[in-house]
Amino acid sequence: MKSLNTLALAAASALTAAPAFAQEAAQTLDERVNEVFATATGPFVSFIFSPFPGTSFPWIVGWLVVAATVFTLYFAFVQFRFFGHAISLVKGDYSDPEDAGEVSHFQALATALSGTVGLGNIAGVAVAVGIGGPGATFWMILAGLLGMASKFTECTLGVKYRNEYPDGSVSGGPMYYISKGFDELGLPGGKILAVLFSIFCILGAFGGGNMFQANQAHAQISGIVGDYPGWITGIVFAAVVFAVIVGGIKSIARVTEKVVPFMGILYVGAALIILIANFDMIGWAFGQIFAGAFTGLGVAGGVVGALIQGFKRAAFSNEAGVGSAAIAHSAVKTKEPITEGFVSLLEPLIDTVVICTMTALVITISQQLITDPETGFYVLSEGGSHIATVDGNTGVALTSAAFGASISWFPYILAIAVVLFAFSTMISWSYYGLKAWTYLFGEGQTTELVFKVLFCVFVVIGAAASLGPVIDFSDAAIFAMAVVNIFALYFLMKLVRAELNSYASRLRSGEIRKFKH
Amino acid sequence: MSATLVIGLDGHSSGDRALAYGKRLATLIGECELLVCYVIEWSPFTFQTPEENAERHMRREKEIQTAMDRVVTPALADLAKAGITARGVVRHGDVADTLNSVCVSEGADQIVVSRSSEGGFAKRIFGSSTANLVMSASVPVTVVG
Repeated sequence: MKSLNTLALAAASALTAAPAFAQEAAQTLDERVNEVFATATGPFVSFIFSPFPGTSFPWIVGWLVVAATVFTLYFAFVQFRFFGHAISLVKGDYSDPEDAGEVSHFQALATALSGTVGLGNIAGVAVAVGIGGPGATFWMILAGLLGMASKFTECTLGVKYRNEYPDGSVSGGPMYYISKGFDELGLPGGKILAVLFSIFCILGAFGGGNMFQANQAHAQISGIVGDYPGWITGIVFAAVVFAVIVGGIKSIARVTEKVVPFMGILYVGAALIILIANFDMIGWAFGQIFAGAFTGLGVAGGVVGALIQGFKRAAFSNEAGVGSAAIAHSAVKTKEPITEGFVSLLEPLIDTVVICTMTALVITISQQLITDPETGFYVLSEGGSHIATVDGNTGVALTSAAFGASISWFPYILAIAVVLFAFSTMISWSYYGLKAWTYLFGEGQTTELVFKVLFCVFVVIGAAASLGPVIDFSDAAIFAMAVVNIFALYFLMKLVRAELNSYASRLRSGEIRKFKH
Repeated sequence: MSATLVIGLDGHSSGDRALAYGKRLATLIGECELLVCYVIEWSPFTFQTPEENAERHMRREKEIQTAMDRVVTPALADLAKAGITARGVVRHGDVADTLNSVCVSEGADQIVVSRSSEGGFAKRIFGSSTANLVMSASVPVTVVG
């Protein structure tokens, strides 16, 4: 991966020195890709983000929040009641030594996290805070806490209804639990919903799991080496992704999977150092978060604007209710599907409540967002769509500038982290998308190859298009998955409650015991 | 009353020395069963791709089968030829912890292993499995040079 980064940066540097006419031609190509892409995806995006009649509140945001609240209440705050038990499960206290060598709870959690922790935490939070102000952070944390219950529901079902093949491999996810669960309950339409979910999962894999990653990785690299055409980054990325998912060069993916957690720790560590160094401002930053959450502090859309951004970016970052994590978690070895549900509820906590909040605090403390000294309100940019920033930065560039304000060399580390996060998320989503694809078209080398080649094509499009259309399509595709998944979860949640009640009573009676003491 | 000895194999010639010593001990003791154990180094706290997870069960079964075929079964055949009662087991996990837990669960009296075959950087950082076993074992450990 190191050589890949060097290659990408070298290619980018070489291009900055290319003749002016080549630049112009390339920019035109980028613009053309952007235009075609925005036109093609416009109606889909408009539908997903259409507001409730007579309001500016997107129905999809309400859909996610209501679902997370319903699951929280239905399972009587499972995310808090079983939090300690979830930690014990991850530590392996309840793992049967006879199962050593199988996928552990920790491994399933780490794999799912490497698919979610990434640009959503770095760039997505910057987008939320840049538009909704620090107040968006409050709603993001709330969405993260509620989302733990959504994740618990879908991951329990993911393990319960996975397919186990004769060769020992497994396939799981919403498409399997929707069709099998509906059959078990004698409900019609399970197959149709599963197919619909699979279609949206493929779009989500192309969007948030691919194009958004390529787009922001390009923004980060060009922010350091200078502006150059996005399709160059796209082609380099696509070539490496192709080498892994088509060429089968697994070593690249394995190295990335091992490096990414350390980049995550490094990122959180740097954020902590900045927060400790600015200890006196943490109270003020939380004051801004609370004030912004309930007064808006002058952001576009006021309190509702902050709330929408917070909930949107939380859902995009931790994917609770989306169904993707259920695919990742379904490989775990356990006799009790509910245990993976408990483990999975840690995901939104780590992803959103901890990491996203840290990013938001660093952006707020760095004072990259411009305020009016007289009113204390945030100053809007010329278009009025987002808050004006010191250097006009948005997205990942804003996070980079915020970290750079305290640690001057950190943007370079962040650039490497972004590229690695982007790459690992792409690899994870290529798997999620492939599972949906094979559910629709069947297993087979040719069908799998078609998906993988298409996936690589979207890498190039994502890097070449501008942030606006890419982020809109990415959000829309991922939220479309949540529409189908959550609809099905409302019918299937009683199956999860039966599992929960049975497990809880056996845990209380001592029938389920720790193997480690 | 019969004795049970756990013999830790590592798939190298050093493991053969442990096996030879275990054979000698069994002959001297008389009524004795040898439990030949091969541990595949594995940790539940590693990072894997979704694809690796999906195929993990299948790979685990293959790993166990390969270890059985290449290391444990030939050792058992050798012991059978010498008229010694023996069983074989393949486990995943930390070598020292797993050998000790096999020993505890089987009620074994002693563990026989060879001197570490690990070396270099890893040994300096993490110590050798043999040294860890000697420090943490619940029963006497014989280390064959």
